[in-house]
Amino acid sequence: MSNREPGFDTLAIHAGAQPDPATGARITPIYQTASFVFDDVDHAASLFGLQAFGNIYTRITNPTTAVLEERVAALEGGTAALAVASGHAAQLLVMHALMQPGDEFIASRKLYGGSINQFGQSFKSFDWHVRWADDITPAAFEAQITSKTKAIFIESLANPGGVVMDINGIAEVARKHHIPLIVDNTMATPYLCRPIEHGADIVVQSLTKFMGGHGNSMGGVIVDGGTFDWSKDDRYPILTEPRPEYNDMVLAETFGNFAFAIACRVLGLRDLGPAISPFNAFQILTGIETLPLRMQRHSENAFKVAKFLQGHDKVAWVSYAGLEGDEHHEMQKRYMPNGAGAVFTFGVKGGYQSGIDLVSNVEIFSHLANIGDTRSLIIHPASTTHRQLDDTQKAAAGAGADVIRLSVGIENAEDLIADLEQALKNI
Amino acid sequence: MQEHDFYPDQHVRSILSSVKSIAIIGASANEVRPSFFVAKYLVAKGYRIFPINPGRAGTEIAGAMTYASLADLPEPVDMVDVFRHADALPSIVMEIMAMPKLPSVVWAQLGIRDDAVAASLEMAGIEVIQNRCPKIEYARLSGEIGWAGFNRRTISSRKPKLQRGFQHYLLSE
Repeated sequence: MSNREPGFDTLAIHAGAQPDPATGARITPIYQTASFVFDDVDHAASLFGLQAFGNIYTRITNPTTAVLEERVAALEGGTAALAVASGHAAQLLVMHALMQPGDEFIASRKLYGGSINQFGQSFKSFDWHVRWADDITPAAFEAQITSKTKAIFIESLANPGGVVMDINGIAEVARKHHIPLIVDNTMATPYLCRPIEHGADIVVQSLTKFMGGHGNSMGGVIVDGGTFDWSKDDRYPILTEPRPEYNDMVLAETFGNFAFAIACRVLGLRDLGPAISPFNAFQILTGIETLPLRMQRHSENAFKVAKFLQGHDKVAWVSYAGLEGDEHHEMQKRYMPNGAGAVFTFGVKGGYQSGIDLVSNVEIFSHLANIGDTRSLIIHPASTTHRQLDDTQKAAAGAGADVIRLSVGIENAEDLIADLEQALKNI
Repeated sequence: MQEHDFYPDQHVRSILSSVKSIAIIGASANEVRPSFFVAKYLVAKGYRIFPINPGRAGTEIAGAMTYASLADLPEPVDMVDVFRHADALPSIVMEIMAMPKLPSVVWAQLGIRDDAVAASLEMAGIEVIQNRCPKIEYARLSGEIGWAGFNRRTISSRKPKLQRGFQHYLLSE
């Protein structure tokens, strides 16, 4: 093979996948097995001691899942990746590798609602504490740093409002204080934005969304950027102290620039257990092959639908970073020049009841709580995902009474516009 | 002079395919040290290894007899793999140049690089690889390391080559 760097579209199809060595199967087989035989006793010992590459048990590695992992690592430009059961599982394992009881991390408030719950509520049980940045500026993140801060967490393109974060600016703060920057790249996908190129150290994603792309399989991923020097101080003991489970091996020393991915696998995934099914890994792999085509169409359709809504007299406002004049448009051109993605919000005149009426009237859009499907999705957060919040909290989370969130699919854009037009007419 | 920031895959592949015997300076008997399991891995891939470790001379590491220095080796080797800090390189070069038959390759492990030292070896006709690990490179080019979710930075439509069993790949030509 020549030394030419393959393009993104080529990697989306080929990275990680070769014909099956035993059968020649060209498509990655689904290795639907719990465990793998050892070649001999010494081979088994080498595998358990992390001295050889190979498979023991599908909770830790699986050849189908491994293809998915390498493919995402290649698309994100990382050194290695680890696929897990869901995006939430990915976040849990990342924090498990970084945090000790009593530690803190800083997160943007502009996050998926499920992440706000996980960080603010569930993680308290582990004595891990989130500090929320007051706004999206790098200074707001720096203001929250304390001696206990172990990470900064943002979404590249934030759900649901379409906020495009200043990844470079926040990465500079993280670098200055020697803290890893974790970026959730679910909404943008590496087709629209590659956070590691902008200074992120770790990327997480829900693969359930645009990567799989068809709304049929749960999955999550952790990508190790290979950029963070864990051994610079003693603040990340999981990576720098001898591990009793592995004969006192030091992971950062042994695995160098992919030690973080290994730590998440051989400690977090092994001991906490949220493994992805090989069948789901296969479905997501197939989805990723068309990621570039789908993301182009998602962005084109979302732009057309946003333009239509902007001109509609029953629509109060549209928040889509792809629109000229949107407050995030300049950041979108800088970080996501190939498109602004599929998900955005708009306000319907008439408030809460109009929102409910609109989601009840649509015929092509599906009323459900997911994003990143080939089909178009609609939700009224105030009456569903954010129902438990009071009015002030709803407004802060971008889920006020009049807010509608769309995830625009890859159907015919004119059909989608016609569907919204008839639904708006009847409210 | 060889470029040392980037080595084409084909160049590394041809080195790992052509060498048969490797002296490993700094090979450890401690089973959790990288220098131990690189030695063990290379043995599993069919290389004849010669651990060099003065403290362990006369004992076996990864099943191979250990020698105190390159000067004690009983036969010539094709490659010398260096697991020592970069500041030890100049004295290692002197030992290498004193060998009765020069190795065709000197390989410096991950994190070890000194371009002046490399240039002096290259003047003597020795191929030099720096700041790389032969285990990682073998596993990357054979495909095995993909099982760990590692980004090999290479794509191929060819079948990996099975060794014995089902969990060992060989380097294909």
